[in-house]
Amino acid sequence: MKRRSKSPVVHLPELDGVLPRYTREESQLIPLLQEIQDTLGYISPEAMQVTARHLNVPESSVYGVVTFYSQFYLTRQGRHKVKVCQGTACHVRGAVEIIRAVSARLGIKPGETTEDFEFSVERVACFGSCALAPVVVIDEKVYGNVTPEMAVRMLDELV
Amino acid sequence: MTFADIQSRAQAAAAPFLDSSQPRILVGASTCGKAAGADDLLAALPTHLKELGLAIEVTQVGCLGLCYAEPLVELRGADRPPLLFNGVTTESLGKILAAYYRDGEPEALATMTDQPCGDTPAFGQLPMLSGQIRVVSRNFGRIDPENIDHYIARSGYAGLARALDMDPEQVIEEVRTSGLRGRGGAGFPAAIKWELCCNEEAGQKYMICNADEGDPGAFMDRSVLESDPHSTLEGMIIGAYAIGASEGYIYVRAEYPLAIERVEKAIAQATEYGLLGDDILGSGFSFHVKIKEGAGAFVCGEETAMLASIEGRRGMPRTRPPFPAQSGLFGKPTNINNVETLANVPVLMEHGGAAFAENGTERSRGTKTFALAGKIARTGLIEVPLGTSLRHIVFDIGGGIPDEKTFKAVQTGGPSGGCIPAELLDLPVDYEHLAEAGAIMGSGGMVVMDEDTCMVDVARYFLEFTQAESCGKCVPCRLGTRQLLLLMNSMARGDSKPGDIDLVLDVAHAVKAGSLCGLGQTAPNPILTTVKYFRDEYESHVKERRCRAHKCEGLLRYAVVADACTGCTACFKACPAEAITGEPRKPHIIDPQKCIRCDACFQVCKFNAITKS
Repeated sequence: MKRRSKSPVVHLPELDGVLPRYTREESQLIPLLQEIQDTLGYISPEAMQVTARHLNVPESSVYGVVTFYSQFYLTRQGRHKVKVCQGTACHVRGAVEIIRAVSARLGIKPGETTEDFEFSVERVACFGSCALAPVVVIDEKVYGNVTPEMAVRMLDELV
Repeated sequence: MTFADIQSRAQAAAAPFLDSSQPRILVGASTCGKAAGADDLLAALPTHLKELGLAIEVTQVGCLGLCYAEPLVELRGADRPPLLFNGVTTESLGKILAAYYRDGEPEALATMTDQPCGDTPAFGQLPMLSGQIRVVSRNFGRIDPENIDHYIARSGYAGLARALDMDPEQVIEEVRTSGLRGRGGAGFPAAIKWELCCNEEAGQKYMICNADEGDPGAFMDRSVLESDPHSTLEGMIIGAYAIGASEGYIYVRAEYPLAIERVEKAIAQATEYGLLGDDILGSGFSFHVKIKEGAGAFVCGEETAMLASIEGRRGMPRTRPPFPAQSGLFGKPTNINNVETLANVPVLMEHGGAAFAENGTERSRGTKTFALAGKIARTGLIEVPLGTSLRHIVFDIGGGIPDEKTFKAVQTGGPSGGCIPAELLDLPVDYEHLAEAGAIMGSGGMVVMDEDTCMVDVARYFLEFTQAESCGKCVPCRLGTRQLLLLMNSMARGDSKPGDIDLVLDVAHAVKAGSLCGLGQTAPNPILTTVKYFRDEYESHVKERRCRAHKCEGLLRYAVVADACTGCTACFKACPAEAITGEPRKPHIIDPQKCIRCDACFQVCKFNAITKS
């Protein structure tokens, strides 16, 4: 059944270069959202409306997908993304202590962003670098055999 | 161009690389290597070479499997055998280069030939290699994963060329002879899967490679895609030919950016060589592959959830039948194989199914890669014939437990698997024996645990994961994992009730029996195996409110040893919960009601006056 999108017409100039590269099929939803997040840093309510209209799917479906997958953020993220691995190997080698140290240093819990939008901290299931556990990823760079002191030092270097 | 032409052209192009007497520097640069510092070495190399007046080409290779020894550098040339150096740092790099290429005495981990050199053993003689047979990992660290010529020169795509000369039915027959079973977890025979899909009449069919390696503790698929992406791609093309698919997807985790990059390059190169795309090798068979990046949902490793995700929806599984082979992606017949399963296919097609079946046991044929991690001396990626004993893997290959600690258990199969205790160390590792022990093969993650690991904490940890990853569609999984987690949390906090262990078992069995998909059906396995083998630890958590491994925070009691305390007030100042009282120069007191067990007082005390129990 062909649906007509009921989403309001919203214009986000940042996405002008993005949308035309995606065909109007539902299967494009996740790749499109991934690129929108790369562009905007997160998925704003307006971005969801734009996406729904472009792909001709209900906004509720877009919201459903955004909230289902842990990769998508609904809020603005910090300039530096600190991801602490909580895979099994990292867990038995002390990932909990690292999360505690990082949270204490930045004053935020995993999943939160500092007020100045400098840092976001999150726990990630596994980076597949288990042989070097515990692992911390800061801005896409993977660090192995991390200790709580090392993690705090790395944060201090970024401040 | 015929395949023979492609082969001879690739052999000529790869010859300088494959001749290990030619000067060359190889740096292991998969994610593990990079995390250990390979990128820094690559950045420092040009300066060092310039200082030494050397002009030597540097090549990035994949993972040799010795992750504990990363970063690894292989030096070739200089009238010596090629040598492999471990734990290279930017400081030691210059010295090693000077010693190898000038007239020093380099201290290497191994020679990269079959022969030892003086005190340096050959690579194959390293203890970590004992009993390993490398089929899937045949090219790891031996080729540039971004160079298709290297892959072809080491007999890559020969399996595809042979398959295209056969009927699809013959290809499936060859896979049947090999006894290859799915390497992603369940161990379903690959030939039956292909046959089911092959028998469906449809204009359009899909071939999908499942590279959504979500099990925490597993990194086999990442290593395959980063170190030898063409082997999976070739297996996928052969599979597509066998089932009659013209389109395919590789579903990769977004957490594996390097794997995605290398697979993208592999697809482009294979297409350029006519090994992928329209009319492959002039056979009339066409196959096109796209990459789909996952978006962070463990459940998408389940077949039907993955299909929903590729179609652009929430990744929730659905009931079967219909099976994906009948109605899969966009309602068309679809076959889904795991990365490692597919990486085996080129080898068995080239040498025949019978040769493949020589390794392994009666019902578990071939070799299997395992990711060794946790409390083990030599972490890394290994490949052994199925049926190898756990003891051999943990102690001979992995070198046992570091720091003179005692082995407690090995966890296989991630959140769907179980913990295998010391008394079962002689268990042959194959599909049947692991299932009998209550664990599963899973994709091959093995996390070793020592005496400092609390088994209640481990089970609780896995439940926290599966509970968060439960998609919420079916009730037993959504609510059952939640209730299990609450019960486990109360055990870890020390406020569980008598009978809670049996209650946990009841709920666990209900979740196992009633859940819709593999996630829920296997989520209780970590609990069931730890209760089975380590019930005494559960009892001491429930009855004595004691965690012998000092892991469960809620059961820790901090106290001041009055005789040792000098009253320096350091702990008093460090305590964020104002749980410590006392005057200067008099012993302090910790209020257990206020204590949040943050460990701050323990760390700050210089007089060993704080105890944990």
